[in-house]
Amino acid sequence: MTNSVEIKDLDLSFGAVQVLKQLNIDIAEGEFLVLLGSSGCGKSTLLNCIAGLLEVTDGQVFIKGQNVTWAEPSERGIGMVFQSYALYPQMTVRGNLSFGLKNAKVPKDEIQKRVARVAEVLQIEPLLDRKPGALSGGQRQRVAIGRALVRDVDVFLFDEPLSNLDAKLRTDLRVELKRLHKKLKNTMIYVTHDQVEAMTLADRISIMKDGMIQQLDAPEVIYAKPCNKYVADFIGSPAMNLFEGHLSGNTFTCDGFTVDVSGYEFGSQPRRDSAVWLGIRPEHIVTGDAAASATFNGSAEIDIVEPMGSDTLVWIDFAGQSVRVRTEGQSGLRSGEALTIGFDASRLHLFDMKTEIRL
Amino acid sequence: MADLSVNSSAGPRGPKPKKSFSRANIFLYGTLIVVSMYYLLPLYVMVVTSLKGMPEIRMGNVFGPPMEITFEPWVKAWSEACTGINCDGLSRGFGNSIQILIPSIILSIAIASINGYALSNWKFKGSEVFFTILIIGAFIPYQTMLYPIVILLREIGLMGSIGGLVLVHTVFGMPILTLLFRNYFASVPEELFKAARVDGAGFWQIYFQIMLPMALPIFVVAIILQVTGIWNDFLFGVIYTKPATYPMTVQLNNIVNSVQGIKEYNVNMAATLLTGLVPLVIYFASGKLFVRGIAAGAVKG
Repeated sequence: MTNSVEIKDLDLSFGAVQVLKQLNIDIAEGEFLVLLGSSGCGKSTLLNCIAGLLEVTDGQVFIKGQNVTWAEPSERGIGMVFQSYALYPQMTVRGNLSFGLKNAKVPKDEIQKRVARVAEVLQIEPLLDRKPGALSGGQRQRVAIGRALVRDVDVFLFDEPLSNLDAKLRTDLRVELKRLHKKLKNTMIYVTHDQVEAMTLADRISIMKDGMIQQLDAPEVIYAKPCNKYVADFIGSPAMNLFEGHLSGNTFTCDGFTVDVSGYEFGSQPRRDSAVWLGIRPEHIVTGDAAASATFNGSAEIDIVEPMGSDTLVWIDFAGQSVRVRTEGQSGLRSGEALTIGFDASRLHLFDMKTEIRL
Repeated sequence: MADLSVNSSAGPRGPKPKKSFSRANIFLYGTLIVVSMYYLLPLYVMVVTSLKGMPEIRMGNVFGPPMEITFEPWVKAWSEACTGINCDGLSRGFGNSIQILIPSIILSIAIASINGYALSNWKFKGSEVFFTILIIGAFIPYQTMLYPIVILLREIGLMGSIGGLVLVHTVFGMPILTLLFRNYFASVPEELFKAARVDGAGFWQIYFQIMLPMALPIFVVAIILQVTGIWNDFLFGVIYTKPATYPMTVQLNNIVNSVQGIKEYNVNMAATLLTGLVPLVIYFASGKLFVRGIAAGAVKG
């Protein structure tokens, strides 16, 4: 498989501030890559570098095997969709869609054909002669996606395209984007801070922090085997419970409980006898009868119950801290009651205290 | 229980009634009336006086309406009043002012809008320094630059000509207009500019097709600022032109301040009103647009 986009040793600094540090990413043809991170991690900056809207300080960008590091954005074979839609307000939808093609001196009947095709794909035909001001948020974003599609490019760049929409519309457009990718099979690079968007859309997720990639892998792998404490804490909602303790041999000890971790799948660097973080996701803590057969079981007092409809989040006082437990359905639990809990060693996550790397 | 529900429906409900003659209202409207009288009274006196004949003015009733309305002072001010050896009234000054105004406005606004666009969207190395220097220019008193400009204009052969004055007005309008346009274009979302670049538009295409159509309100503001500023200018007009090319304001001064002969108050008033007519019309015609544009240019910067 050929690489559609390659980023080699990319550096970007604004004055003394280093925003991107020695980034290397290979993105395969037709891949849907999501750049995920909290704000200020450099994910949008990286996207702007790929688009050619920011000049890189060092390193190279290849698109379709061509070195485009010095190329203008319009010469790179990319289409871009922005968070604020960025539609040209004084042009009609048709004008917005054809602006790029006119600049590229595409013949008129060809423009007509392409606009018609894209309008059909995105179901915006009735809107073609309206101005952006007369469209709803969802329609505007659809037009913005259309403006990228109409250019017939190899790579699509999305800069938080759904963040300005309300929750329901966001879900709808998310599914539509996924369908679109399935149909077009173009390479897509998608920036977001929303982990649900990342998990649902991506072939691979790149989690970034401080201008560096923490982990670049399939969503399932990132969820099941986060490579360090930051990723573990970042992915998953509600967030993972973390306990500070000590690992000696196959036994983890902390203030409040001891657990045998021989069922844990250690990675390549098993360092026994050291201070570690132990993590367990709220949905992997079992309650009630199921707890009896788990590697570890114990009991704790319920602090707060948050029913969410399809599931219930229970906050318990355990091992001296507030621990999140997720239970199926409406549990009928009350605060103040005692709750039996348990978890399996295979569902645990262990991170070195100093390096915060997964053991 | 039943009693309670009756009571609750009889209580206050809907908007609270307001007294139209409250103390606050009287104070507010009273102040507004006094202030507007203060500003409008001189204008009233001017209009009334300009419609009176000289014998009536000599009777001394300044505030009284004209007993016999005459438009002769207006005609005289426009086409017969003497300044020095020329006796063709303000009409020549009006023509000169128009010839100065139109090219100055077009030139200064065209250059300043491109300046502002470049400074906010196409930042280059040193663009901030350049902008700062330009803004400092707005704070230097004009008087300190009067004589150097005389020399400059003389050297390039434009001293005393309308072209020279147009150049001076264009240059002096640059700092404030550039600031105005830069702030306006800075408030246009950056993503719009990025989208246009991805769409392959260059410097001029983005300016003419994306930015210009969005900038109408700020253009109106710039035009108003420049029309009133240039039309009302006296200092540059009196220094950089000669009698044949005097703008209207300078000519007005020469008519009103002439020390020979009798003071024709009615002609003076009519001449002043004629001179002030252009800015007045501009303000009346564009009131709402002006306020909107000023707000748009000022909020984000």
